[in-house]
Amino acid sequence: MELKKRKQDIAGTISLSVVRLMFFFLVVVLILLLSKIFIEGVSVLSLNFLIDEPRNNMTEGGIGPAIFGTIAVTLLMVLFTVPLGVFSAIYLNEYAKDTFFTRIIRTSINNLAGVPSIVFGLFGLGFFILFIGKNLDNILETGLLFGQPALLWASATLAVLVLPIVIVSTLEALNSVPKSHRDASYGLGATKWQTIKNVVLPQARPGILTGTILAISRGAGETAPILFLGAAFFLPNLPVADLCIGDYCITIVNPTEQFMYLAYHIFIMATQSSNPTQTLPLQYGSTLVLIVLTFLLNITAIVFRYRFRKILGRL
Amino acid sequence: MKETKIAVKDLSLYYGDKQALKDINIDIPEKRVTAFIGPSGCGKSTFLRVLNRMNDLIDHVKIDGEVYIDGVNIYDKSLDIVNLRKNVGMVFQKSNLFPKTVYENIVYGPRLNGIRDKKLLDEIVEKTLNQAAIWDEAKDRLNENALSLSGGQQQRLCIARALAVEPEIILMDEPASALDPISTAKIEELIHELKLNYTIVIVTHNMQQAARVSDQTAFFYLGELIEYDRTTKIFTNPAKKQTEDYVTGRFG
Ligand SMILES: Nc1ncnc2c1ncn2[C@@H]1O[C@H](COP(=O)(O)OP(=O)(O)OP(=O)(O)O)[C@@H](O)[C@H]1O
Ligand SMILES: [Mg+2]
Repeated sequence: MELKKRKQDIAGTISLSVVRLMFFFLVVVLILLLSKIFIEGVSVLSLNFLIDEPRNNMTEGGIGPAIFGTIAVTLLMVLFTVPLGVFSAIYLNEYAKDTFFTRIIRTSINNLAGVPSIVFGLFGLGFFILFIGKNLDNILETGLLFGQPALLWASATLAVLVLPIVIVSTLEALNSVPKSHRDASYGLGATKWQTIKNVVLPQARPGILTGTILAISRGAGETAPILFLGAAFFLPNLPVADLCIGDYCITIVNPTEQFMYLAYHIFIMATQSSNPTQTLPLQYGSTLVLIVLTFLLNITAIVFRYRFRKILGRL
Repeated sequence: MKETKIAVKDLSLYYGDKQALKDINIDIPEKRVTAFIGPSGCGKSTFLRVLNRMNDLIDHVKIDGEVYIDGVNIYDKSLDIVNLRKNVGMVFQKSNLFPKTVYENIVYGPRLNGIRDKKLLDEIVEKTLNQAAIWDEAKDRLNENALSLSGGQQQRLCIARALAVEPEIILMDEPASALDPISTAKIEELIHELKLNYTIVIVTHNMQQAARVSDQTAFFYLGELIEYDRTTKIFTNPAKKQTEDYVTGRFG
């Protein structure tokens, strides 16, 4: 008896130490990596770096167009993916019966999250550009406008890529709304949709927002899927156009243009430039900007999630 | 006896293959308090939810028989469930206020009915909080989160919220089981007041409570209605042996 117990103790101690060691190792690697990027990157950071275009074969200047492109693409992506994801999740969680078919859909959504992102890029090229875009051009007789790589299709492809994130986090949020609150609403004579709109969605909102932010930070860091979809090597002009109604013009993002993308820009500077060593400081600077951007987004997501849990904890 | 408000005919209910209610026949009178008692799992809550069709929300539930409210079969295909639930309010065992303000909780039902006028809503809030005997405690906290109130206050707020849609029948499923004696007394007092205007059906595990608040009592056992009579009769001179054993605490 006693011997057995001690054996278990030893096994427990050993496995705990192994886990601790792994964790420690991970943290050290992370710290080394981040501090290297931070130290090297901070030296090139300046306001001009953030707004200027790259110059002189990308060895000078800034990353303004890449930041602009990243923001434009991800915003458009959010516009596509959030309504689609949220309504899919509402359908799955609130309306769909638990059948073989809906189980397959649920599993597929989870599997979709594991598909390599380059596959999404090829899908976007095939589906959005060659199928939808080309057909749009034929139908609208616009010449070659939609049937080519463009910001619009890059956003659409990223939207598909991050869709599982939005759906899964929305499902989770919907699920965590207590049944008793739904019962209270039905008991007062609310219809299903009224219950969803007035009781379920308000409580699920922080969770949905968390998913959206995670989706943005994922989308902003992707390179592979947008390789074929309009991410430009070098494009100092911003992808904007003037939209005029009568005499009144405003400048908007032109979704049929190509664009620069932060993550892709880093990849290009590191692998495709004529002199990668000269671009090195700028690579660090760009990486730092990208990391800080996604880090900030993640922090926001964590804060939301934390506040959400606290509210639920009180119920 | 007063006029019959709810008449149940040969009602059976199945959860999948399992029969939870067996051939229930009962007439519930208007503006009276009717108590359902019986050991845990005998189907009291299930039967209560039959009366406002809350069981419709559960998959795999099958119901046979008829339930007439004011002579209308509520299981008729053409019946509007939303109107039924407005007419038959429900208070649950655990307070289930929304994580919104006191005010928002009360006006939730009226808003569903399309009432938008702020003055009218204010009036409804004051009226129902008075009816639920919580106006004095809540009037200065209308814009606070309802969940910051005490458990007893929350439960009375749930009653007020149910009253705000102007039902004729109120179903209460163990409304005081999670409350302290003083809050329980307040709820019981409230039930006494409410029965002047409402038909009340209450499920309770507390024999004294059933004896105190109700006019009739129905004793359920294993999905069957064993005995249904005036409360005084059930508690002093029941017709069935099982009822006597239960109310005297010999099993349950
Ligand atoms: N959603 C459900 N699905 C399947 N069976 C259920 C469901 N709800 C209740 N039952 C079963 O039906 C029977 C009656 O349950 P019910 O909740 O009506 O009992 P009760 O008399 O209210 O008990 P208690 O006093 O503990 O609240 C029980 O055997 C229960 O297990
Ligand atoms: Mg019950």
